[in-house]
Amino acid sequence: MSENPKTIFEKIWDAHVVKHAEGYPDALFIDRHFIHEVTSPQAFDGLRKRGIKVFNTARTTATADHNVPTKDQHLPIKEALSRHQVETLRKNCKEFGVELYDLGHPFQGIVHIIGPELGLTLPGMTIVCGDSHTSTHGAFGNIAFGIGTSEVEQVLATQCVLQYKPKTMKIEINGQLGKGVVSKDIILYIISKISASGATGYFVEYTGSAIRSLSMEARMTICNMSIEMGARGGLIAPDETTYNYIKERKFAPQGKAFDDAKKNWEHLKTDEDAKYDSELIFDAADIAPMITYGTNPGMGMKVTDRIPTVAELKEMSEQTSFKKSLEYMGLEPGSRLLGKTVDYVFIGSCTNARIEDLRLVADIVRGKRKASNVEVWVIPGSKQVETQAKQEGLDKIFEAAGFELRSPGCSACLGMNEDKVPAGKYCISTSNRNFEGRQGPKSRTFLASPLSAAIAAITGKVTDVREFV
Amino acid sequence: MSKDKFIALKSTAVPLSMENIDTDQIIPARFLKATTREGFGNNLFRDWRFDPNNQPLKDFVLNDSKYFGQILVAGKNFGCGSSREHAAWAIYDYGFRAVISSFFADIFKNNALNNGLLPVVVSDQFLKRIFKMIEQNPITEITVDLQNQIVALGGEQEKFEINAYKKECLMNGYDDIDYLLSLRGEIKVFERLQTASLEL
Ligand code: SF4
Repeated sequence: MSENPKTIFEKIWDAHVVKHAEGYPDALFIDRHFIHEVTSPQAFDGLRKRGIKVFNTARTTATADHNVPTKDQHLPIKEALSRHQVETLRKNCKEFGVELYDLGHPFQGIVHIIGPELGLTLPGMTIVCGDSHTSTHGAFGNIAFGIGTSEVEQVLATQCVLQYKPKTMKIEINGQLGKGVVSKDIILYIISKISASGATGYFVEYTGSAIRSLSMEARMTICNMSIEMGARGGLIAPDETTYNYIKERKFAPQGKAFDDAKKNWEHLKTDEDAKYDSELIFDAADIAPMITYGTNPGMGMKVTDRIPTVAELKEMSEQTSFKKSLEYMGLEPGSRLLGKTVDYVFIGSCTNARIEDLRLVADIVRGKRKASNVEVWVIPGSKQVETQAKQEGLDKIFEAAGFELRSPGCSACLGMNEDKVPAGKYCISTSNRNFEGRQGPKSRTFLASPLSAAIAAITGKVTDVREFV
Repeated sequence: MSKDKFIALKSTAVPLSMENIDTDQIIPARFLKATTREGFGNNLFRDWRFDPNNQPLKDFVLNDSKYFGQILVAGKNFGCGSSREHAAWAIYDYGFRAVISSFFADIFKNNALNNGLLPVVVSDQFLKRIFKMIEQNPITEITVDLQNQIVALGGEQEKFEINAYKKECLMNGYDDIDYLLSLRGEIKVFERLQTASLEL
């Protein structure tokens, strides 16, 4: 038994506290800061007003992703406001000396996809970005969380944020996943069990044999959606899978430096007798392909289930929101989604637009053709993913299936660019949020795994993927 | 930048009894293209307030002339979802100075506090009472007393929690960044030591 047993979260946190003062939040040192065009302009303005520089430009990396078109990326952005925002990012990065992976750069892409693939995201770090899905990076065993623009300014100015230490939660998933069930289903399942606010105030650590058996990319999908249950972030302790992924990535330590770093990373695990503030255990065998039916990610179910009725709700107070949500979705309480016609299929976002996701999709649609009633967008998470997909010939498979492979960006995940789902239309989406209007005003979103989305593209309706694998 | 000071507030309130109101509803993504902090109030709750032809939707509470004031009262898990600080800017810009709910999402709470907008956490029961009283009498005034950490209306009151540091910031109009900038020397030393230990 160790003297002062700690969770991995506490070890990393404690190692980054610059100043702890009673009653004050901790000043937490930030190793890596990612920025993008939407949440940074006002922060740079703040620096300018105060006449200060970026604390350490080597720790800051910028990309353009939220707002960018996914077609004709080599041309100037048509939409004036989006163009202005991306140009402002360019101007700011130049003025303050921050590295920018701009449109057309081989490293450009969704901020949470490029960090890991470039080896900028490493175990033991603290990582922030003005984007809630920063939790994605936690898959490497680090503390990564989203911040607001005022905090972006704080980090640019001081390389620190002020934070209260969150409580810790362990979510353990043991056993083997059934066929057709992938990591997206695990996280949609957990959120459906504990609700969209079930982990608010906590930082989650995912453990258990089902998590250990996942690839790095699958782990990222899980950590990505930690925020959808309210958690500050989510992490997975590093292991050989992690080290193998990191090895030889562009900005990762190389050679002897890598071996030394690895020795340090091996200490990054929760001590046996350490305590969490909350612990949950799930059995992988209980998880089936999942789908959401409502307008928050907690409103999910097994694809074969029926939507609850008002009477089945756990809390009376949920009734109004529940009814409004189903009305928005054009769905009846108690009905089934299986067989429901869909209009759009979106395969993309920082949740599911990595190369493994595209391979999963390609494998299942190979030799098949999309249904005539659906439009299918495949948006790679980064330029590197796009290039790799083409090298592997996935683009040809998509083309033959009637899927459109576009250029990288956030795209229809939040519909800030032209990629919007029209009002009233149903989209089965591999992204992370089904909020009202998230994919375009009055759009209706079903969240699902890339496998489930791909098969819905083929059948034109909500389908149990297990019939096809 | 230093903010307006917040000490106490007495105002009527606007009741929005929905739960899980996410920041995409507070300010939809397509309005996040500005590069300044101003003007977001016009698009606060845009898709609940206006139809696609920009006509006000009369069922929505912000369009109901019965309700007005500087306090927004909302169902639990307010501000979940995206980390966009624009949500806090929009609420503030519209004219609200406090939001009362039984539960706030973490990032929203931070963002609000960083912008002089006070998130007031009350119990589920008290929240229900507040909704009820406003419904019965829309001109009910609510007092939010930050100094004593009390919300009061119609002869009823409840104490609310707020972190002592954040309270001090709000009451004095201070900013986190002022505090962090005062630590720059210590931060530099920390960084140097950290780098050194990695090179061992
Ligand atoms: S893909 Fe979606 S969730 Fe991810 S960073 Fe972009 S907008 Fe946010």
